Amino acid sequence: MFNGDSLFYSRLLTELTLSFHIIYATIGVGVPLMIMIAQWVGIRKNDEHYILLARRWARGFVITVAVGVVTGTAIGLQLSLLWPNFMELAGNVIALPLFMETFAFFFEAIFLGIYLYTWDRFKDQRKHLMLLIPVAIGAAFSAVFITIVNAFMNAPQGFDIVNGELVNINPLIAMFNPAMPTKVAHVVASAFMTSAFVLASIAGFRLLKGSNHIYHKKALYLTMKIGLIFSIATAIIGDFSGKYLAEYQPEKLAAAEWHFETEEAAPLILYGTLNDGEVKYAIKIPYALSILAHNLPKSEVIGLDQFPEDEIPPLYIHYLFDIMVTIGMWMTFLSFIYWLGAKWGRAFVNTKWFRWLIVLGGPLSIIAIEMGWWMAEVGRQPWVLRGIMRTSDAATSSGQVDIMLILFAGLYAILAVGSVVVLSRMFKSNPVERELEERNAEKGGVVQ
Amino acid sequence: MNLEILGIMVLWTFLFGYVIVASVDFGAGFFNAYSFFAGKQHILTNIIQRYLSPVWEVTNVFLVFFFVGIVGFFPKTAFYYGTILLVPVSIAILLLAIRGSYYAFETYGSRGHKGYSLMYGLSGLFLPASLSIVLTISEGGFVSIVDGNPVLDYWALFSSPLTWSIVVLSITAVLYISAVFLTWYANKANDKKATELMRKYALIWALPLIITASGIIVELRAHNPEHFANLVNLWWMFALSFLLFLGTVWFIWKRKNYGRAFGLLTGQFALAFFGYGISHYPYLLYPHLTIYDSFTNEMMAISLVIAFIAGLGLLIPSLYLLLRLFLFNKDYVTGKSDPY
Repeated sequence: MFNGDSLFYSRLLTELTLSFHIIYATIGVGVPLMIMIAQWVGIRKNDEHYILLARRWARGFVITVAVGVVTGTAIGLQLSLLWPNFMELAGNVIALPLFMETFAFFFEAIFLGIYLYTWDRFKDQRKHLMLLIPVAIGAAFSAVFITIVNAFMNAPQGFDIVNGELVNINPLIAMFNPAMPTKVAHVVASAFMTSAFVLASIAGFRLLKGSNHIYHKKALYLTMKIGLIFSIATAIIGDFSGKYLAEYQPEKLAAAEWHFETEEAAPLILYGTLNDGEVKYAIKIPYALSILAHNLPKSEVIGLDQFPEDEIPPLYIHYLFDIMVTIGMWMTFLSFIYWLGAKWGRAFVNTKWFRWLIVLGGPLSIIAIEMGWWMAEVGRQPWVLRGIMRTSDAATSSGQVDIMLILFAGLYAILAVGSVVVLSRMFKSNPVERELEERNAEKGGVVQ
Repeated sequence: MNLEILGIMVLWTFLFGYVIVASVDFGAGFFNAYSFFAGKQHILTNIIQRYLSPVWEVTNVFLVFFFVGIVGFFPKTAFYYGTILLVPVSIAILLLAIRGSYYAFETYGSRGHKGYSLMYGLSGLFLPASLSIVLTISEGGFVSIVDGNPVLDYWALFSSPLTWSIVVLSITAVLYISAVFLTWYANKANDKKATELMRKYALIWALPLIITASGIIVELRAHNPEHFANLVNLWWMFALSFLLFLGTVWFIWKRKNYGRAFGLLTGQFALAFFGYGISHYPYLLYPHLTIYDSFTNEMMAISLVIAFIAGLGLLIPSLYLLLRLFLFNKDYVTGKSDPY
């Protein structure tokens, strides 16, 4: 029954699809909130710029939603195609949140369609704002439900296994598993953070490339401020996630921190390399791991020595963890400095080099998202359902996964190029200056 | 009624919803691309875009809903169908992905891009073919169990006349359903030229549809006698379906009551679709999998049903709002209020 090739290619294909999907999915979760905030600010301040901001974001958002929807459909089906044994087992316990996710998605799809095609149908913009609430809620809740499924894979519960049969199944207990609160909160907060920084990086780029319009400055200030709030939230929740891992999944934390031996007053290892079990060039922060794990500097942290060799995740996840945390810290710092600088009217926030840092922030945040997911997923190996089912027992027995991998890689390349080309053309051919002028003409000269 | 039947009824109904809205969608993409190359683009494109734009994403969700639902209610289908369908469904995903994204690229990015609309139209025509393979496989005879794992016999599948009959039926059905719907929609928009053109297409596709549909019944007689016998027992559903078909064609021919014509068409397909589904009972994959041995545990089934009812409570009013604002809104349909 075991088919090593299928297992390898199935893992690769799943990773490829998810890595591609989460770029669009993260934007899909975060941007509706940003559009909603911009629309709301625009109405409250009676400032046409923010309304236009919402409108232009929404227009670009449609393209990313389209790619997000189709790749989401792909991963939804691939779960059954590549991991039939897993889905057969898990379907018995975790189908409820999967099912609820499609409702959230349905809800979002309906109201997004209405929102996009009713721009000038309501005299009162507040009515139009109302349509965004279900879009933003639907987007956030599909992230919540799908993350619950993933949390279940890390901390399966809500059933008993008696003679290989699943009994006493309780879908609600399965949903509200111990991994769920931190995971869901971290995913949602980091999606908001990333979307804010991606939009900030677009505004920064326009400012760098000649346009010095107040519109872009307002966009930049708004998004950096939102980004700051959510990066702080992400960091705090990240700390809770560490405590969750120490309690429930110590092997993941230990692998990510290269914490080989169980000890008290454990130091935190930052960066460094690993050669034959030797850690080199690392920064050691005394007591920090104990604080991260249990909030007490002297507390005991379980190390990898407590686990059989074939239940230890790959140790390279340490690098992923470091990159994620570094980017997170850096973005918090950068947005904080920007916010202070802009508030106090300091000139350095408008210099070229500072704007380049902001432009870099968007792609960096997306890299952090990828690193975080890879760490979370690889850190659960060799299990697909921790402690219950190994990944190697879940893969399909079909022999054609390698061809499918090539096929999908081609598809994602086409979608990536297509979406980037269409998006950049869309905004290049219709700069904000021109659109403002047009709206100005329509409204008889109120807008500047 | 037990939960198994309730579960499969709910899913089958959603699949039916998908078949109708997706057919309109697939066909519209095809007619749109065709009109580009036949020089009739100025007649059709506006009507098609105006209908599709607000609903294309919703159409896709119907499909997602179905496949998530079936794994939820019948987890064993993930094992059987998941293992054997890797290649056909991957191809369908590919087509769906190209279609969905190119639709967005064309509509919101570069309007009137010939390449995008061609990709969009062609992928829509191949999709019903790649999805209908699942129906063929469910008839049995193409899957054997080797070492406890199901294996699909591609050669038997592709050399079977049943496969090709179902493929041809799905394509003609898509074009017919779409043409009838768009005739009605164009007529509502007071677009005489588009109405005439779509009416012509509707009439062209009516005959091949009914010929292939009857052909399938003959094919099944040889392929799966048990299923055929069940079908014959339900002969009245198919007879009624045929009468409704005649009614649709009659209205279209007489150029009147296009709305009623589409209503009759929905009834025709509903009867045929449910007749087919009921005659398939109790098998999900003949003869390996029935709805009874694949059903999920009771707790999960009950929670899924509750979630389903709650979800519908949200969905039905929202869908109604969507239809009110776009499909049944005179200003929108006739293009008086300009979106974007």
